[in-house]
Amino acid sequence: MTQRTTMRAWLRKGLAALCALACTVGVAACGSDEADGDHVIKVGIKFDQPGLGFKKSGTYEGFDVDVARYIANQLGYTDSEIVFKEAPSKQREAMLQNGDVDMILATYSITDERKKAVDFAGPYFVAGQDLMVRANDTSIKGPQDLNGKRLCSVTGSTSAKVVKEKFAKEVQLMEQPGYAECATALLSGIVDAVTTDDIILAGLAAASRGKLKVVGKPFTEEYYGVGIKKDADSKEFATKINDAIEEMEKTGEWERAIEHATEGTGYKPNPKYNPPKPDEGE
Amino acid sequence: MAANESALLFDQPGPRMRKRIKIINWIAAIVFVALVVLILTRLYNPPDGENQLSWELWKPAIDGEAWADFYLPGLWATLRATFLAVIGAVVFGLFFGVGRLIPNAVVRGVCGIVIEFCRAVPVLIMMIFFWRWFAFMDLPSPAYWSVVLSLVLYNGSVVAELVRSGVGNLPNGQHEAAVALGLTRTQSLLSVEVPQAIYAMLPAAVTQLVVVLKDTALGSIIMYTDLLQESRRLGSMYFNILQTLVVAGVVYFILCWLLSRLAEWLPVRMQQRTMAPTEAEPVAPIAILDPSNANQIAVAHEERPLGGSQRLYHVHHRGTNASIRNWRRTRYTQGYDETQPQSQKVRNEHRHHQHHHHHGGQDDASTQSGTKR
Amino acid sequence: MEGFISLFQQYNVPAAFLVNLELTFWSALFSAVLGVILVLMRISPVASMRHVAGGYVELFKNMPLTIIMVFMVLGAFAQLKLSFSDNFDTNFFWLAVVGLSLYTAAFVCESLRSGINTVPLGQAEAARAMGLNFMQSATLIIMPQALRGSVAPLGNTLIALLKNSTVAAAASVATETSSLMSEMIEFRPDVIIQIFLIFAFGYVILIIPIGLLTTFLSNKLAVRR
Repeated sequence: MTQRTTMRAWLRKGLAALCALACTVGVAACGSDEADGDHVIKVGIKFDQPGLGFKKSGTYEGFDVDVARYIANQLGYTDSEIVFKEAPSKQREAMLQNGDVDMILATYSITDERKKAVDFAGPYFVAGQDLMVRANDTSIKGPQDLNGKRLCSVTGSTSAKVVKEKFAKEVQLMEQPGYAECATALLSGIVDAVTTDDIILAGLAAASRGKLKVVGKPFTEEYYGVGIKKDADSKEFATKINDAIEEMEKTGEWERAIEHATEGTGYKPNPKYNPPKPDEGE
Repeated sequence: MAANESALLFDQPGPRMRKRIKIINWIAAIVFVALVVLILTRLYNPPDGENQLSWELWKPAIDGEAWADFYLPGLWATLRATFLAVIGAVVFGLFFGVGRLIPNAVVRGVCGIVIEFCRAVPVLIMMIFFWRWFAFMDLPSPAYWSVVLSLVLYNGSVVAELVRSGVGNLPNGQHEAAVALGLTRTQSLLSVEVPQAIYAMLPAAVTQLVVVLKDTALGSIIMYTDLLQESRRLGSMYFNILQTLVVAGVVYFILCWLLSRLAEWLPVRMQQRTMAPTEAEPVAPIAILDPSNANQIAVAHEERPLGGSQRLYHVHHRGTNASIRNWRRTRYTQGYDETQPQSQKVRNEHRHHQHHHHHGGQDDASTQSGTKR
Repeated sequence: MEGFISLFQQYNVPAAFLVNLELTFWSALFSAVLGVILVLMRISPVASMRHVAGGYVELFKNMPLTIIMVFMVLGAFAQLKLSFSDNFDTNFFWLAVVGLSLYTAAFVCESLRSGINTVPLGQAEAARAMGLNFMQSATLIIMPQALRGSVAPLGNTLIALLKNSTVAAAASVATETSSLMSEMIEFRPDVIIQIFLIFAFGYVILIIPIGLLTTFLSNKLAVRR
């Protein structure tokens, strides 16, 4: 009988401890970075794209981040009042719709499809799909040269399909979870090119210590916009953002940010489209 | 233990054999070293690409900044998901495991279906589904909760089976004594058998912790920023993803290895608290609809290397046949039961008088054992 | 219901399952061979063999499969230039098979070892008394009996392998079930639950026969002692 009582006491204690632990871990899990002060702006960016949006030592850097900071400053928020959140490609619409973030600058191309779900301001940059190759490779000058070559792109992205369907039917595709894996594969020689938007490639090339280069002949146009929630005053909000972008372009801050983000790659944004006139969503 | 184990398989080597073994050992060592050197030279000087051993690539993968900004936050995310998933799995497993034992057939059936379903669906399939579904439903941090929920469902179903086999492994005296005290079947189950089964399954649950820890790495496929994902992110800065993955792999290995050791040490401690055998399962019992798998592994554990001593428990009585309802029948039809020397005697008698109908006043079950033979 | 039919018309679900089955088949074959070699090394009289096999099992048992798969592509293929075919799809398929086989072999070895432990000591002693050497007694006496005793854990390993074959997605195998499911959810988020159920029940249907067969075989082959 005593044996049984101790057993149950033990059981009860164990269960209580488990519950306590569960609560702590659970609370720590969801309540971590909710810095919900009264005057903050929550911005969704990429955390894993050097040159555009990258999280490092608790700080954020890249072109998207610079533009986001500038816009937020113009809207009346100080740097410390900006909360950056990771906005993975597949969750961007959902994050805007349920108010997780106030705006998204995460290589977010303005498309008609997306406009059904969210509103856009901007564009603040016009990128184009391009190719990245090894610095000593001269055989690939454009997507049409990719027949019989090997191309890497990120899982779930449509950029590789564009190449295969429109330019080079005999290209071999490799899918990797991130661009870093693609770049590593390119460096080691198992693929011959990596494709995505040129500014992303420029960021990768910049990090490669001169071993990779961007071909520099973009074959599509991607208008990067600022994603915002679709609601009654989104028009007003978009106008404010567009004014801020325009201001940034006028003061030369925009150019400096681009230069800083693509330092050492020799990348120049396509002057035909850049800097773009931000008139979306007004 | 390895030496002890194999000493039974072959004769003690004589001087000639010892010499030969020595030579083989040297050859093996040389082959091993040659293989390592081959791989290292390949990494040092690959046909194209860069020297993967250069300090330039390794330094950013192991310096303080890498640990502070990437590995440790990633490790925290991994451990957070692991602990929550293990706790959830234990709760889920206790609930459905007990549900699968209680007398009500409907409850038993429902719990059985839930458990078998969760054991059969690959964790990655569950993770991808929950991830997209949670995002679709606008829930916060869908990747995190998807990792946790998927691991709870799968490992919970394994724990449920452990609970069941833990109860099944209890000596019948426990149940009999409880019933003799006037407890109902459910009462005896909940207040006598399950508490002991929990102690019995604890080491196996720790082994399951290793499985959970390893499976959180699947979260990186759905963009959960765990250790693996963070090491990939770090690698995207300096293109040293191979190096950062090695570091992550070493961290995973050390954690899992320590947990495995804990799982080996626990049974000794836990045996003091339960009448059921406690053992860490080398392989998680996952075979669907199969009661005996837990048993098989457990049996493998009890036997000292290469047999020697006799089994203490029936292969078939453990685990799935753990239904307390049929304990008498399952026990006797198995034939041999050391804890019931009487039944053993009957069976032997049967062997000798196979053609006679000799049952005497024995338990009706012995008839079955006889006919089964 | 219409949702289900249109999904099957739009996407080739059985083909994706076939890829997983092929992955499972080849990995099962190779890991069985490697597992037997490992277990023989593990019980062999040569110390170095025992240590190598023991180290191998410890390493692969305590390493997430996802990392192994990523390494097959970024390490074995990209750096060590281990390549099976110039065709990427074929190449990644076989890289995934190698990764799965290496991982599963550790579990096959453990399953067989648990089977060896069910062989009574007297069997090994009798074999030695008859003058059989190590290889003879291992292959003629111990292993055949051990196999019967390890049917259940081997069946479990096979089921785990089938489920693990989805992780081939991490080795760039883009045609298997989890990849196809992601793609389907991407384009048809309206029927996400149906999509999940298709794949979940696909696996239930594949795994139940293996489980039943395992139970049947382990009962039938069990040695009564």
